[in-house]
Amino acid sequence: MSEGYSEAPTVGLPGRVAIHGAGNPHDGHSHPHHPKLQHHFDDMGQQAEASTLGMWVFLVTEIMFFGGLFMAYIVYRHQSPEGFAEASNHLDVIWGAANTVVLIVSSLTMAMAVRAAQTSAKPKTQVGWLVATMILGAAFLGVKAIEYTDKFTHHLVPGPHFQWTGQYPKPAEQFYSLYFCMTGLHALHMVIGLGIMTVITIMAWRRQFDEHYFTPVEVTGLYWHFVDIVWIFLFPLLYLIGYHYGAH
Amino acid sequence: MSSSNGHHLAPVRLYLVIFGALIVGTILTVVVAKFDLGPLNNIVMLSVASAKALLVILYFMHVRWSSRLTWVVASAGFFWLLILFGLTMSDYLSRGWIGGTLR
Repeated sequence: MSEGYSEAPTVGLPGRVAIHGAGNPHDGHSHPHHPKLQHHFDDMGQQAEASTLGMWVFLVTEIMFFGGLFMAYIVYRHQSPEGFAEASNHLDVIWGAANTVVLIVSSLTMAMAVRAAQTSAKPKTQVGWLVATMILGAAFLGVKAIEYTDKFTHHLVPGPHFQWTGQYPKPAEQFYSLYFCMTGLHALHMVIGLGIMTVITIMAWRRQFDEHYFTPVEVTGLYWHFVDIVWIFLFPLLYLIGYHYGAH
Repeated sequence: MSSSNGHHLAPVRLYLVIFGALIVGTILTVVVAKFDLGPLNNIVMLSVASAKALLVILYFMHVRWSSRLTWVVASAGFFWLLILFGLTMSDYLSRGWIGGTLR
């Protein structure tokens, strides 16, 4: 919670005025007027709280954005569970599982990047964790590119050239439509994440973040972890539903 | 421990434990998917994925130490998602039950 209201002096001055009076001995803050504190916030805590809450509201809209695709998945898979399982069996579980691990490691390095900023670690340390996260994100996209190429060469891209030798060609095409939409939207989020992180890395390099101000890293972390969560659901729902049929 | 702007500082060891749990969850999902357990496959797969998502949200995304308001907003997102799934499927699955004209 924001500390502003509770710590504001109760001597009859409005809290905001008191906090902005730099050097007020009663406000209990070592940095009563941090250069990053915008004038419409009482203190750094309230400002950080507002930013993370705003990010969470955005993430809720993202849940609904991906939610529509998951809804379509549920409906079409319910229409033909066997067709979806047969189609899913042609995805490579090894690549999918490897990418899951890559994303989980990248979530760990992201959490460490936030922690590095939070503990006022050296810019080198902060940048190190951020760059590690970006490398892992790029590795994920690289694997995705290999997989997409494989689908193109095997005529598994929905459209006039889609070919299916199995029992359920129509559900298989629906499955691959959803596969490309869901993993494509997810990959787009990864690309945007890499872009945001490039900016954040430059800011970290320029010593912008310390224990008093690290909200941009924190908020980027929230976004990155959200993208990881989406994949945590995509991996089993796309790669594993036909796994017990054996290797393709 | 709390940094100056009111954020909780999680120990590195906790992050490593969460990371380990996420990896174990991933291995568990892949191994279970190898066997045909009927409807249990879906239940296990989604339970493990939900547990993994919860760990990421609570610890990596710091919701465990966030304000009540953040809790409410985060849960509202998933609650609304369940409304989307629930209402859509209650319509979709019940079509034709009463032999109406809407089939």
